[in-house]
Amino acid sequence: MANHSLALRHQFEDVAQQKDASTLGMWIFLATEILFFGGMFCCYTVYRASYPHAFGIASNHLEVLWGAVSTVVLICSSYFMACSVNSAATGHRKALVGFLALTIVLAVAFLVIEMSEWYLLYKEGLMPGVNFTYKGIDPGHVQLFFCMYFAMTGLHASHVTIGIVILVILAFRAYAGVFTPAYYTPVEISGLYWHFVDLVWIFLFPLYYLIARHLQG
Amino acid sequence: MITATVEARDNYLTHEYGVKSWLLTKDHKRIALLYLATITFFFFLGGIFATVIRLELLTPPGDLVSSQTYNKLFSLHGIIMVFLFLIPSIPATLGNFLVPLMLGCKDLAFPKLNLLSWYILVVGGLFVLYAMLIGGVDTGWTFYVPLSTSYANTYVILTAVGVFIVGFSSILTGLNFIVTVHRMRAPGLTWFRLPLFIWSIYATSVIQVLATPVIAVTLLLVALERGFHLGIFDPALGGDPVLFQHLFWFYSHPAVYIMVLPGMGVVSELVSTYSRKKVFGYKFVAFASVAIAILGFLVWGHHMFVAGQSVYASMVFSMLSYLVAVPSAIKVFNWTATLYKGSISYDTPMLYAFGFIGLFTMGGLTGTFLAALGFDVHVTDTYFVVAHFHYIMVGGTMMAYLGGLHYWWPKISGRMYPEGWAKLSALVVFLGFNLTFFPQFIMGYLGMPRRYHAYPEEFQVYHVLSTAGASVLAVGYLIPAMYFIWSLRYGPIAPDNPWRATGLEWQTSSPPPPDNFEITPVVTHEAYDFSVVEEMTVG
Repeated sequence: MANHSLALRHQFEDVAQQKDASTLGMWIFLATEILFFGGMFCCYTVYRASYPHAFGIASNHLEVLWGAVSTVVLICSSYFMACSVNSAATGHRKALVGFLALTIVLAVAFLVIEMSEWYLLYKEGLMPGVNFTYKGIDPGHVQLFFCMYFAMTGLHASHVTIGIVILVILAFRAYAGVFTPAYYTPVEISGLYWHFVDLVWIFLFPLYYLIARHLQG
Repeated sequence: MITATVEARDNYLTHEYGVKSWLLTKDHKRIALLYLATITFFFFLGGIFATVIRLELLTPPGDLVSSQTYNKLFSLHGIIMVFLFLIPSIPATLGNFLVPLMLGCKDLAFPKLNLLSWYILVVGGLFVLYAMLIGGVDTGWTFYVPLSTSYANTYVILTAVGVFIVGFSSILTGLNFIVTVHRMRAPGLTWFRLPLFIWSIYATSVIQVLATPVIAVTLLLVALERGFHLGIFDPALGGDPVLFQHLFWFYSHPAVYIMVLPGMGVVSELVSTYSRKKVFGYKFVAFASVAIAILGFLVWGHHMFVAGQSVYASMVFSMLSYLVAVPSAIKVFNWTATLYKGSISYDTPMLYAFGFIGLFTMGGLTGTFLAALGFDVHVTDTYFVVAHFHYIMVGGTMMAYLGGLHYWWPKISGRMYPEGWAKLSALVVFLGFNLTFFPQFIMGYLGMPRRYHAYPEEFQVYHVLSTAGASVLAVGYLIPAMYFIWSLRYGPIAPDNPWRATGLEWQTSSPPPPDNFEITPVVTHEAYDFSVVEEMTVG
């Protein structure tokens, strides 16, 4: 057990207590995150309910195919994260590094797709505050749709970026052999965070890309 | 009283020396002192703004400062006092120091995160200070749109970013406390053996974790709106300014309980120790904290009775606001019942506890006036509201904070404070406070609006009284600042348990060793079981 006690920080009595504490800490942090996104989801709900027609028209300007592809990419990334946690728990170091690398690659792919979409919207003149030239029906409320779109996907993308940084650090530590079946809490709680980020997108995708697409401008 | 043996006992203050040992410390007790220094600085800074405000209001015409400057003064007073003093006050100083000691563990669950929280507070504070130095902000502490997004010509984004950053300090502190209370209790320390201070801190932490992110994201939207004119809160573009108020008060009303709940925890400890009795109805007081935390999330709309909110929503919010009076009253009644047939001593901390109970009751009762729709319309944005929340924030929280600081000072510093001076200053604070804020109830009821730097002559007598009171209050705050510093060097050496109090923090030495306890304590008694202390003292 000498190897494990190296990873035990002095404030804890034993490894089990340390692991419990870290996991509970991450769940509480995720509760904070839910409320953090919650404020924006609340704004979205109010405005979607107030201006359903304009929001439907505006959602037609988003590329539903690429939205769907990025959703699949992110779900796969989440799957590989789960595989990483499993490899860590069973002590397969090479598999752990490999799965973490796959998770990172898909996360980067997600960001690339999303930034391309942002760039296309910018070219189309649908980026409020920077380049907004939409002249169709109800431009004010269409602008509101894109405000919320950029604010929420932007906040989500910043979480993905932070996630990538965490995953890269994890991958290097995993490569160095820090994690063992007795100590892999960082992998597990980063996994929780990563699944949360994935889950937020699962909500964002239908809310922005799918609802009321039949409304034409 | 037990005489203390001082020589050769390693404690957290003497364990290491040097600036680096403080700035890189992971010891919750040292971090508590870092917070203490930081928030004391912000308290006196916020106090300076209050002083200039009171001086300006001494005479009816706006002669000392311009209206523009006055707007900045009350904005900075509010922002600094709320976000940089009151919210971190008791949790981050006393809470940080006491939570692990009261739970019988070596440190908080996440010591590095704890240090990080302090750095985040400092960075956020520096943003606010920088904004203040280059020109300030004039939106009030509430950042209401569209003033903050379209009209204010001051450093709104910089200040909002500062408050945004400070919020994360509050979230991480709350997270740390919740995990510590759940996972780090000493053997035998069950939930219903916890000191009531821990229950209040726990309830506070839940609010910090769940409410703070909402204001963070709201201020983010304000900054985006101001930076890019997006229209999220601009009615010309379809946005809704009332939505901002909903989001703002969804945090800022629970924030009131972030500020006052820890004070209630302190008062429970003080009342018990100085009456030498178990707190009457322990479980009721404990669950009252949780009830306040939950109800606190359901009443934000009472800040918006005149803001264009639906009248039916207002009626529901009004009724829910009355409900908060129930757990608050349970606390006040139970403290009073604890005093009954107690063996009461009037040491300084107890004087502050008495001050808290009286002033909080007045603040709370005027709160129920304000929850009434008709009355609220009459006094909205008047000095009645100003007096009401200062009775809670200054009369309540500040009293409890000072009481707690005196009570635990022997444990924190290993020195006693001068009792005579301390009693005098407690009295000065109480008198000064009432002289400052009681007249504000009257002038507010008569129609004196808040946030104006000039006013009709018939209000002058109240303003003169208020300014005179503020001067007395300032003296009352300066005296403790001086004797606390004095006592660090010249105060008598404190014994381990000067008040013969219960609680694990008194079973270790004063000041405690770096790891708090020589051996992990085992708890075999209920909280506030004074028979155990009497046996120990006699034996």
